[in-house]
Amino acid sequence: MAVTLPRATLAYDAAKPAASGSRAWRRFALNPAALAGTLILLVVVGAALAAPWIAPHDPAKQTLLRRFTPPVWQTGGNAAYPLGTDQVGRDVLSRVIHGARISLLVGVSAVLVSLLVGVTAGLVSGFVGGKVDTVIGTVVDVTLSFPQILLALAFVAALGPSLVTIIVVLGLTGWERYTRVVRAEVMALREKEFVEAARAIGVGRLRILFRHVLPNTVSSIVVLSTLQVAQAILAEAALSFLGVGSGRAYPTWGQMISLGRDFVTVAWWLSTLPGLAICLTVLAINLVGDRLRDALDPRAT
Amino acid sequence: MSAFLIRRLLRFVAVCIGVSLVTFAILHASGDPVALIMPEAPEADRVMLRAALGLEDPLPAQFVRFVTNAARGDFGKSFFHREPAFKLVIERMPTTLALTCLAILLAIVVALPVGIYSAVRRNTVLDHAATVIVFLGQSMPVFWIGIMLMLLFAVQWRLLPVSGWDSWASIVLPAVTLGAFTMPLFMRLIRSSMLEVINLDYVRTARAKGVSEWFVICRHALRNAALPIVTVIGLQFGLLLGGAVLTETVFAVPGVGRLIVGAIRQLDFPIVQAGVFLIAIIIVTVNLLVDVLYVYLNPTIRLR
Repeated sequence: MAVTLPRATLAYDAAKPAASGSRAWRRFALNPAALAGTLILLVVVGAALAAPWIAPHDPAKQTLLRRFTPPVWQTGGNAAYPLGTDQVGRDVLSRVIHGARISLLVGVSAVLVSLLVGVTAGLVSGFVGGKVDTVIGTVVDVTLSFPQILLALAFVAALGPSLVTIIVVLGLTGWERYTRVVRAEVMALREKEFVEAARAIGVGRLRILFRHVLPNTVSSIVVLSTLQVAQAILAEAALSFLGVGSGRAYPTWGQMISLGRDFVTVAWWLSTLPGLAICLTVLAINLVGDRLRDALDPRAT
Repeated sequence: MSAFLIRRLLRFVAVCIGVSLVTFAILHASGDPVALIMPEAPEADRVMLRAALGLEDPLPAQFVRFVTNAARGDFGKSFFHREPAFKLVIERMPTTLALTCLAILLAIVVALPVGIYSAVRRNTVLDHAATVIVFLGQSMPVFWIGIMLMLLFAVQWRLLPVSGWDSWASIVLPAVTLGAFTMPLFMRLIRSSMLEVINLDYVRTARAKGVSEWFVICRHALRNAALPIVTVIGLQFGLLLGGAVLTETVFAVPGVGRLIVGAIRQLDFPIVQAGVFLIAIIIVTVNLLVDVLYVYLNPTIRLR
């Protein structure tokens, strides 16, 4: 009755080299959800890159006389502050635009750290096997035993919060999914004829690993990475919300939500709007990642 | 079966040791904890306290002492509360576990019927709606869900208290928040597990014998889909407890999560270590139980 087993083996039996680039791309581009996700993502990335030029105000500039200005569509709104101001009169729109920078920077960098650690561990674990595999498996189990946010919180606080600490700690607490995925793929690929053929003509182990095995895991790694960026953005927001973010100097979405929590009875927009920014960004990444998985899935050809 | 149990128990012990090592490392990642306890004290006093806390010993010796003490539930006294850290954590654990279990229950009550329905009636309006909910739900930070619910139900409509954990009414918002965070995950899982079994031969045979569709789904399909569901819920227990930490912070629920977050702001490491350690051990134990249960319930593994 092993419900899960047959499908798992089937997945690896399928010819791995993915659909030709253009076909995969067409399948991706024809999907309205993926297209919407891509557009939202372009806007967010654009906002992050161009923040100093497109933000209407300095995100740190306080105008105490204008504090708690509601968004422009409400009575009392001011067209100069389209999304209102916070408790010290800073422009919410400018802060949301600037907040995109930290979210994307931390999201992408943390995933790069995870990718480096996780893929290496997965390759070694799957290819070498034996005791090494057991040890790496145990380390994965240990990592899985902690809620990521709790472990990241403890280590970021202990090491002292900074942008680099957050990136490294989030990277080192979120790598185990790469290891599990890559390990499973490598173990399946290891038994394939083309690997055996390479071995038969005397290709070295490292060369087999990097020239023949690794390229065949790339599509899984790409899909996983997109989804992991979304997770890392959520984790960064949670850390900022809990007060161990990259500091007060630069606005982040999580920190804005946390401040808004204190004024929830008087200014609804303070937590709502940065939260919407997180949702839209993460949703866009998830839509793109999900579609990417379908487009790169060789079984669907 | 017993070979599996022995191997699984060995892994359990190895993981527990790893968990202790990571928890132990938290204190040492801070550099000098004594500087945090008495920031203004003269160096001579610090040296004395360092010796008293055993921080001058070699690291392996410190680790062995940490593990033996942790096994007895001794993580030292809180730097600020002057009470044993473990006691403070244990006192708040029931609240956190109650919140988590309530959330799981709420999530299952919603996700089970919707997940089954969208698997059985694929590509209907409700199935698409469920997919949209799954995507939206997985894109929202749990603490933001909490604040939005608070804005609507506590601030706008004044139906429920803004925060606390002292009445039934105050439990509703935190439980619904964590439940809403969990529900999309369960929904997707139940839907995909059901889809895997619903077209298998034995389900078709059950249909062919003429019993009602409802009976086929609940009695035959769901029973076999349930195993992977239980396993993954067990695996997601960690994610849920992480969500509980954030939910407790939003609603000022006096649980372990809020205790740890408060302790982190004060750099009160004994509480942080005790809390993180206990939560990890709970997760490891839940995973062990789920694995054993899985093997016990799954005849293809049990009979081998």
